[in-house]
Amino acid sequence: MDSKLIISSSPHLRSKEDTSSIMRDVVIALIPATIAAVYYFGMGALGVIISALIGAVASEALCQKLMNKPVTINDWSAIVTGLLVAFNIPASAPLWIPFVGSVFAIVIVKQLFGGIGHNFMNPALAARAMLLASWPVEMTSWVTPGPDAVSTATPLAIIKGAEAIDMAKPSFFDLLTGNIGGCIGETSAILLILGGVYLLYRGVITYVIPAYYIGTVFVLTLIFGGFDVANSMYHLFAGGLMIGAFFMATDYSSSPMTQKGQIIYAIGCGALTTIIRLWGGYPEGVSYSILLMNVAAPLIDKYVNPKVFGEVAK
Amino acid sequence: MKLLSFRGGVHPPHRKKSTESIKVERAKDPATLYIPLQQHIGAPCKAIVNVGDTVKVGQKIGEAQGFVSAPVHSSVSGKVKAIKECPVPGGKGLCVVIENDFANEIHESVVPKGNIDSLTGAEILEIIKEAGIVGMGGATFPMHVKLSPPKDKKIDTVILNGAECEPYLTADHRLMLEKPESVVYGLKAIMKVLNVDKGYIGIEDNKPDAIEAMVKAAEKESNIEVVGLRTKYPQGAEKQLIYACTNREVPSGGLPMEAGVVVNNVATAAQVYESITTGMPLVERITTITGSAITNPNNLLIKIGTTFEEIINQCGGFKEEPGKVIMGGPMMGLTQYTLEVPVTKGGSGILCLNREEATLPEPSNCIRCGKCVDICPAFLQPLFISAHSLKYNFDRAEDYRALDCIECGSCSFICPSKRPLLQSIRVAKREIIAQKRKQSK
Repeated sequence: MDSKLIISSSPHLRSKEDTSSIMRDVVIALIPATIAAVYYFGMGALGVIISALIGAVASEALCQKLMNKPVTINDWSAIVTGLLVAFNIPASAPLWIPFVGSVFAIVIVKQLFGGIGHNFMNPALAARAMLLASWPVEMTSWVTPGPDAVSTATPLAIIKGAEAIDMAKPSFFDLLTGNIGGCIGETSAILLILGGVYLLYRGVITYVIPAYYIGTVFVLTLIFGGFDVANSMYHLFAGGLMIGAFFMATDYSSSPMTQKGQIIYAIGCGALTTIIRLWGGYPEGVSYSILLMNVAAPLIDKYVNPKVFGEVAK
Repeated sequence: MKLLSFRGGVHPPHRKKSTESIKVERAKDPATLYIPLQQHIGAPCKAIVNVGDTVKVGQKIGEAQGFVSAPVHSSVSGKVKAIKECPVPGGKGLCVVIENDFANEIHESVVPKGNIDSLTGAEILEIIKEAGIVGMGGATFPMHVKLSPPKDKKIDTVILNGAECEPYLTADHRLMLEKPESVVYGLKAIMKVLNVDKGYIGIEDNKPDAIEAMVKAAEKESNIEVVGLRTKYPQGAEKQLIYACTNREVPSGGLPMEAGVVVNNVATAAQVYESITTGMPLVERITTITGSAITNPNNLLIKIGTTFEEIINQCGGFKEEPGKVIMGGPMMGLTQYTLEVPVTKGGSGILCLNREEATLPEPSNCIRCGKCVDICPAFLQPLFISAHSLKYNFDRAEDYRALDCIECGSCSFICPSKRPLLQSIRVAKREIIAQKRKQSK
């Protein structure tokens, strides 16, 4: 027998799942909310989404070409980043805004730090923070859903009373379905949860980060909101909490490795979100709280190590 | 039946269908056998026969050197043709090459030794030692060493491992179906040697017929419990199995006896039965021959020393070009570079994968998904150990407890980026141990 046999270290069996299948699952999970966004905000939302996707995929390909690295745009990760960038931008924003955001997310936050798996914070949220600091007017011109879009405020801004005090806060039903003003991805809580459940079912994420994050926000808003359950529920479904908890905070490379670390991280996200929302200058605190905890994740990983099997307590 | 288990682990495809319902057959005796002098962990044996000698079935041909060693015996009758270096499953090793005369003459030493009740524990231990019995699940640790714990270690439990958690393999499954009484007898003998009165037989629940057969065989034994285990890899790993059955954790860096437990494979127990009742030492074993490249997958009772080539030809040869030939299962087995290697005491399977299945996946960036951390049955963080190992940073790998790795391969299996996790952890372990040796000199 002359054919050459392959020699390798065990195991000789690998799971079917790979990076692209995971990223593809994330895209699938985002589709319902994407469709809802286009339904509520029309062509404006579609334009923002397409512009963000083009920016993400093109800059990833170009960047990897320039750095003489294999081009990996077919692993779906740039598409995930592009979609999430779009989700963080109002539908009324000019089309160059999402494009610039995506390029920043991919080039600065992802590729310059080493590509997939090496970004130290969530690229889409970093892009949102950059855009909000650079073009605050374009990034906060909210419109009402529907064909005759008129300017409005986000539900959280309304309950905070920061602006447009005379406006009535949207109904709970509108929050769930997404018939409210806000970023493209802050809309339909129910469809975002549906996407999150799909990710849980596919094993892409675990329950730990979303459950502790949302739970912390609920408990803290309950305590500091005078034990008003309705108000706490409102906090859960308004703003970016659902998309943040299921899709942003769970970003692999910028969250801790161990379950214990993830609990600390998620509680930190929840506490910061509540603090910013109740006492901070912004009506919304999800993106900054996640970014802050992203930066803390390596520290958490350094100090939170699992107890090894058979380790004797000292 | 309540299913027992451990924390962590993965669910590889079972792939046992093609052989699990095939009865064990005796393989055809080959014309030439290559019997390695080292088929166990420990010191190699010294040949006690010379070229030109005639040997008989069951005759001792290699004497154990030292305590951690096990003698080897001829599996056929015939003439010693050579004693030379030959390919063996772990590389190259000294083998006694025997030309079979097909007379099947049994050696005079092979006589029934009595039964459990007539023999003392020490006598049974001596039989086990002289029969060259080693761990037949694949680890090949000399059994008499396991059964001779230091005086200060109190052993109170014996566990038989019938998990067979490796995909593809069905040798233990068939054994439990076809000879459940000999497994129970072997367990009783082991319990007598160690003077313990609690025995478990752990079987994964993907073998309900084996559980049923073993429950029936052990029905009269009040101190033997057949337990169902959740089908999950590595359920048959020693420390994980002990945890599942007794809820005890073997201390890090320690042996099972430190948790008061001795674990043996079901095939090893069945061999104890053979060696007591017939006097025949360990000269043959059941091996599963399977995989996508094999024409007729089968479970065969094989004389130790028969080459893989001989066995594969008996199974109809290859139906397509093989990419990998593995001794053992797909998760922990050893790939072979030639088919001239013989079946040894620890060879539970010959797995032949086709080119497509054998091709190594291209690794990509670690995406830090944390799946390896979630599933590690030793509760390690494989990604960090691997990352440090790949940068030759072995001190840091040791900080992340590389030495606690049980090398089950679950991390490499689950990794979506197809990274060589276990491979690099193995490198780290070897380097750390070498460093420690150097320091202690």
